[in-house]
Amino acid sequence: MSTQGFSQAVAAHFDQLCVLLFDNLHSGEDLSANLAAEETLFLRLNNNRVRQNTDVRQSMLALRYQGGGRTVDQTLTLSSHLVHDGAAVLAALARCRSEAAVLPPDPFQVAMDNHGRSHEEFVGQLLAPEPLLQAIVGPADGCDMVGFYAGGTVVRANRNSKGQSHWFASDNFFFDYSLYDGPKAVKGVYSAAVWNPADWAANLQRSKGALALLQRPVQNIRPGAYRTYLAPAAFSDLVGMMGWGALSGAAWKQGRSPFKKLAEKELRLSPLLSINENFGMGLAPRFNELGEVAPECLPLISEGALANLLVSSRSAKEYGLQANGASGGESPRALDVAPGTLGASEVLAALGTGLYLSNLHYLNWSDPVSARVTGMTRYACFWVEGGEMVGPINNLRWDESLYDALGSQLLALGSQAEISPETGTYGQRNPGGVRAPGALIEGFNFTL
Amino acid sequence: MTSISHTVATALQFACKQVPWAAVRYSRESTTQRVVRNDVPQTNDTSTDEGAMCEVLLDGHFGYAATADLSAAGLQEAFSRAIETTRASSARKAHAFAARQRPAVSGSYRSARTRDLDTTGLAEIMDCLLAATAAMKGADTLVNRMAHAMLVQTQLDYFTSAGAQTSQSFDMVSLNLSATAAQGSESQTRSWSRTGQWGGEVFAREATVQQAQRIAAEALALLGAPNCPSSPMDLVLMPDQMMLQIHESIGHPLELDRILGDERNYAGWSFVQPEDFGRLRYGSELMNVSFDPTRSHEFASYAYDDGGNPATKEMLIEGGILKRGLGALESQERSGIPGVANFRSASWNRAPIDRMANINLEPGTSSLQELIGKVERGILMHTNRSWSIDDYRNKFQFGCEYAQLIEDGRLGAVVRNPNYRGITVDFWNCLAGVGRDDEAHGTPYCGKGEPNQVIRVGHASPPCLFRGVEVFGGQA
Repeated sequence: MSTQGFSQAVAAHFDQLCVLLFDNLHSGEDLSANLAAEETLFLRLNNNRVRQNTDVRQSMLALRYQGGGRTVDQTLTLSSHLVHDGAAVLAALARCRSEAAVLPPDPFQVAMDNHGRSHEEFVGQLLAPEPLLQAIVGPADGCDMVGFYAGGTVVRANRNSKGQSHWFASDNFFFDYSLYDGPKAVKGVYSAAVWNPADWAANLQRSKGALALLQRPVQNIRPGAYRTYLAPAAFSDLVGMMGWGALSGAAWKQGRSPFKKLAEKELRLSPLLSINENFGMGLAPRFNELGEVAPECLPLISEGALANLLVSSRSAKEYGLQANGASGGESPRALDVAPGTLGASEVLAALGTGLYLSNLHYLNWSDPVSARVTGMTRYACFWVEGGEMVGPINNLRWDESLYDALGSQLLALGSQAEISPETGTYGQRNPGGVRAPGALIEGFNFTL
Repeated sequence: MTSISHTVATALQFACKQVPWAAVRYSRESTTQRVVRNDVPQTNDTSTDEGAMCEVLLDGHFGYAATADLSAAGLQEAFSRAIETTRASSARKAHAFAARQRPAVSGSYRSARTRDLDTTGLAEIMDCLLAATAAMKGADTLVNRMAHAMLVQTQLDYFTSAGAQTSQSFDMVSLNLSATAAQGSESQTRSWSRTGQWGGEVFAREATVQQAQRIAAEALALLGAPNCPSSPMDLVLMPDQMMLQIHESIGHPLELDRILGDERNYAGWSFVQPEDFGRLRYGSELMNVSFDPTRSHEFASYAYDDGGNPATKEMLIEGGILKRGLGALESQERSGIPGVANFRSASWNRAPIDRMANINLEPGTSSLQELIGKVERGILMHTNRSWSIDDYRNKFQFGCEYAQLIEDGRLGAVVRNPNYRGITVDFWNCLAGVGRDDEAHGTPYCGKGEPNQVIRVGHASPPCLFRGVEVFGGQA
């Protein structure tokens, strides 16, 4: 089946099931249906050879039922056969009714509404397995390349019994890879809707160039506070921690937000820092699981001050806040950090003496109340002296408060922001990504 | 065996006209999540995930295609996709495998439980959860009181063209309570969980209410407690933190697919080298660690892995010496290192890889009081809240919810924001005491693999004493 053929078949099946479900609702009941479907080819490489290949076709339908002030969710896998799936969704509807009869009422239920219609399709051109493999591994011949290709069509759709309808389909791929030379490695990602051999060759060549720098003598850096440059991928990971409860309206009200002091204006971040939820990047659908359409651009942090928390309709109802199209989890779906003025050619001179970090690894809050995060350095990380890369470092553990690193210690942001596409595939391929520049930070704390 | 077996037989016949060996792994998993927060139902969600992974062996390469279309035509179409992709991949395969990596066995497994989850009513579960959040009510500073139940029922059947047929049925429960106390800019959370292969017996109202009351009181105590001091000191870890310590610093580094480099683009490599097996002193002589999928009620107990390999208890580390890796038959074939039956997938739509199952620290001889009595100046920590470790599994930093100082062999003041850090082998060689009474914990959320897979793991451990660990608190 072609990628467009998959999308069209899924759309027709989804429509038929929705009609069936909405026709079977009783008075006083409402139902929404969220579809997450994909056909994906996964290729896993080790040492530039194929370790595993998996081709997946899946469609998951998530139903939300409301009746009598109760809410029940039922999610099921679709087989693509109308008779089978029709019976399954009607059985799920019956289970919703029987559970609603037992549950206590939900005072914070958000009644369904018609939030309009939208339709977005991004058509790509993806290679068949054999030419794809040649295209990936050919230019990397002789390299110890470990990589992961995921490509195909991803669909997200929503309809409800109030007449709302949203559709998002995208053909795309990413190839997320590491080039190794012994224990040292460089990270790269190539992502697009059409495989372009020249773009892949250029991407790989940049990584090979960085790998050559790792041949310089290894520097053993002692724990301490160092002036540090976080390249865009590393800085994306650091600001990505804001998605772990920091920007959630509910987390703030429930005492769980690491940005409580920011939300209550007790502290502020650097005036250099502005962050938006920006669906204009086209990385993720604007509609959430309720079909609410988020603003195309929502300021989250403006010149260091909190502009908005992400607030779902349920949190808005429970806490008297203003909803802004956030999903139920209230995490950013399209984080966009505004660039600064530090040019790429000026980075090493501006850093002077300190650490250049290409990537971070395994971040976690270590002290949520002070927004302190711990993590590791990973991949191409260097000790720099007098604006010159001296050599790669042995990986270091760091432990640093965002209030400091993104506050008074933030010296500059890069003038060019780069997109780190979402490469998560837990259960399904996830659309989205983060756009961020690099960041120069004074006195970043390394502990082990 | 489920009703799908006839359709599978037809599909296997279809596949074997084109490849020498084929298999179907059928999975149906029902997961129900029920959440009550501050006495209000927040989530009532049931997800039923059903499908099949079609697997072929072609020119020495295993390849996969997944489908939720369980008709004969659907499985055949998936086999056609698997064959096309595997044919393209086999010329560039990482290793040449054979059908012996998929033993032709037959058998079945069913989780131990007292009451089937099927017979545990919604009203009973809601009553337990509502009672728990009500029991946490008290001070105005208890701003968030949550009770969460996850009930999982899984049917997992495996069929191969060589005649293997296994059928496994699992009932699993994760019951989690948490209480957050907040005042001013300070906030502290205390939690409790019971996790594993259980049935409806988990929803015991009175026992759950007692745990709810305890964690609410402890969250309030933490709110008024001083910060954990920062200095090297002796450390007693309780089983609900030992779980994480075992998982991150023993389980992951011993995975053979990591050692072989498969995970280098995602989760990372390992400090363990192939030549370390049989030689490396991983920890002190008190350290004995097993892979044990046979222990009843742990989260990752099973009879066969997803390649049909019968699962048995094996010692990974004995007397502190590394003996065996966490690698299934494919990794054993590639590395020549002894392994275990741990070829596991998250669901029907993911290929199996080397995973942990139940990785347990074997009990010693000391009571908890005896461990505490050995400490002149130290700290006892409960329940993980923060975890991070490097991609070679060396430098870790873990944080806990709740701690008490130990002075002259006695438990003392409660302190908040307790953390510790160390380097894996150095840390385990500081193991100076192993308790005699173990507890089994686990998590349903161990992430690994490309494509990503989250899987259930179990870890049983007694309390343990470590000497001279770098301990520190939060920002003042």
